[in-house]
Amino acid sequence: MEKKWENLSLDEKQEEMFKKWLSPQNIEFVNSEAEKVYKERVMRIKDVVQLKKKPDRVPTVLMLGFFPAYYSGISPKESMYDYDKLFAAWKKVILDLEPDAHIGCFVPGPGKVFDILDYRLYAWPGHGVSPNLSYQCLEGEYMKADEYDAFIQDPSGFFRSVYLPRVFGTLDPFKQLAPLTNIIELPFTGGNLLQYGLPDVQEALKSLMEAGSEALKWVETLGAYDKEMAENGFPNFFGGASKAPYDVIGDTLRGTKGIMLDIYRQPDKVLKALEITVPLMVNMGVSMAKMNGNPIVFIPLHKGADGFLSDEQFKTFYWPSFRKVLMGLIEEGCVPFSYVEGGFNSRLEVIKDLPKGKAIWAFDLTDMEKAKEILGDSACVGGNMPISLLNLGTPQEVKDYAKKLIDTVGKDGGYLMMNGAVIDEAKPENVKAMIDFTKEYGVYK
Amino acid sequence: MSEDLIGLIVDLCEKEAIDLVQKKIDAGGDPLKILEQIRTAMTKVGEKFESKEFFLPDLIMSGEILRQITEILEPKLKADIKAQSLGKIVLGTVFGDIHDIGKDIVKFMLESNGFEVHDLGVNVPKEKFVEKIKELDAKIVGLSGFLTLAYDTMKETIEEIKNAGLREKTKIMIGGGQINEDVRKYVGADSYGKDAIEAVALAKEWISE
Repeated sequence: MEKKWENLSLDEKQEEMFKKWLSPQNIEFVNSEAEKVYKERVMRIKDVVQLKKKPDRVPTVLMLGFFPAYYSGISPKESMYDYDKLFAAWKKVILDLEPDAHIGCFVPGPGKVFDILDYRLYAWPGHGVSPNLSYQCLEGEYMKADEYDAFIQDPSGFFRSVYLPRVFGTLDPFKQLAPLTNIIELPFTGGNLLQYGLPDVQEALKSLMEAGSEALKWVETLGAYDKEMAENGFPNFFGGASKAPYDVIGDTLRGTKGIMLDIYRQPDKVLKALEITVPLMVNMGVSMAKMNGNPIVFIPLHKGADGFLSDEQFKTFYWPSFRKVLMGLIEEGCVPFSYVEGGFNSRLEVIKDLPKGKAIWAFDLTDMEKAKEILGDSACVGGNMPISLLNLGTPQEVKDYAKKLIDTVGKDGGYLMMNGAVIDEAKPENVKAMIDFTKEYGVYK
Repeated sequence: MSEDLIGLIVDLCEKEAIDLVQKKIDAGGDPLKILEQIRTAMTKVGEKFESKEFFLPDLIMSGEILRQITEILEPKLKADIKAQSLGKIVLGTVFGDIHDIGKDIVKFMLESNGFEVHDLGVNVPKEKFVEKIKELDAKIVGLSGFLTLAYDTMKETIEEIKNAGLREKTKIMIGGGQINEDVRKYVGADSYGKDAIEAVALAKEWISE
């Protein structure tokens, strides 16, 4: 008899998840060759994650910002507003450059949705920045210093009634909504629903419905893209996404300065907020990965980098809640893929505390020899192809750098070739050199 | 309560440091003397940052203490502060990039080390830099950028400064998350700093030339 999911070991759960990724549902491969390379590509990634054996060669994954737009001659703005152009541009990059996996085409996001809701957290192409540039976050204190308790008591309620009204102009009337948990029995129901009858709340709800319809159109493009890529032999690297709790609070709620002052002024509240964020981030990653049938959960890391916190502060505020998220994902068969922006040299000894063969760490500016030495026995260590080199260097310089990475970090497997931070205006010939050279030189004999 | 203002600032004792300044001012203390102590404290904060005893949160916290103390002192101070300026610096995040955190930290460290910083903000067109350099006859320019798109706008900004005939008279430093020696060469800056303390060191070196 088959074992129940909850009775499976961590290894068995991860195997099950990889099995799903290897045999995707509702995919008709264009030919048997496409099916063969699809499986080889997933196996290559599985091997560098599990560290049980060397893969046939070093796998390559491109972390794309607006690079496909520039590459295909459309503007970032077009990629946010014209879903057909988005599809075509992102497809061209993958079919031309043939990395082992793609990351979908979700990164640009649906511009019209942001217009409809009057999104204020970002400036985007044609809306605060030039149509030819990437979107950028407008950091601020979208949660005030004295609102920790409200967030801790009811995170979802806080998001609906406080955070969303601040980041979406049209949702301002949501400030009036009563907590959903008030609607608990018949006599209390009417009084807690009346706000939904207010004209301004109804306008807000309409904008949300309109945004939802638009998001649905956009997601159809995303789904069609993933399907077509898979049918051509390219798996989507991302099964789901999540974030480190400290980044959740620091990036878009309190802001960089806000959270740095909070760890002095109200450390206990910060710790409590981090703690309640843990299950939210585990559920986010696990539910997406299970729905997509792919164990890899993308986690972009921001505010734990070298210099952003002392060692003590990292061990107190960043790592404990983040480790719980990682373990929560691992316990459900997922493979957390931490994309570590900046440097992480002073954090390596701390983050190695995870079970073997369960996580991917892809670095930006970290010393890779040191990372391999400390983490190499227990985790996949990837990344580090500098985006400054991809933007400004020559194909030969890129090859030299890739050779160094493969010779040192890739020596015994467990390495994944990847750019250290997302690329926008990188030189196409450099990106091509990174992939082609890895395919040629990164073969294990 | 400790009377050692320098120690309180360096230990990041926010409330105690501010209370002490208020007490000194209420007792008729000399604001210039307090200002001098703050500068000494900020030099120590910089040293601690350099020796990796302090990190960004410590810098931000010390900046926050400094800001509150300055608010107390401001009404008591006369125009004689600017006379002590080490030199004028034009600073800004280049066109296309709207990130300000790194720039703001650099600004605060330069100011607390005695420089007069003219902050042009974010997404600054190249012409604005040229205009400000001319207006102030500034010798030092700091260009900030977090995204790789800033490589090109930094380069264009420096070319604009060159075209205006100001390049020989200015020293230009760049900084940001993805800046290194290759980028410095590409954009044509004189130097780059990996953090705010390096920016201060560069400015001090250049001003004494």
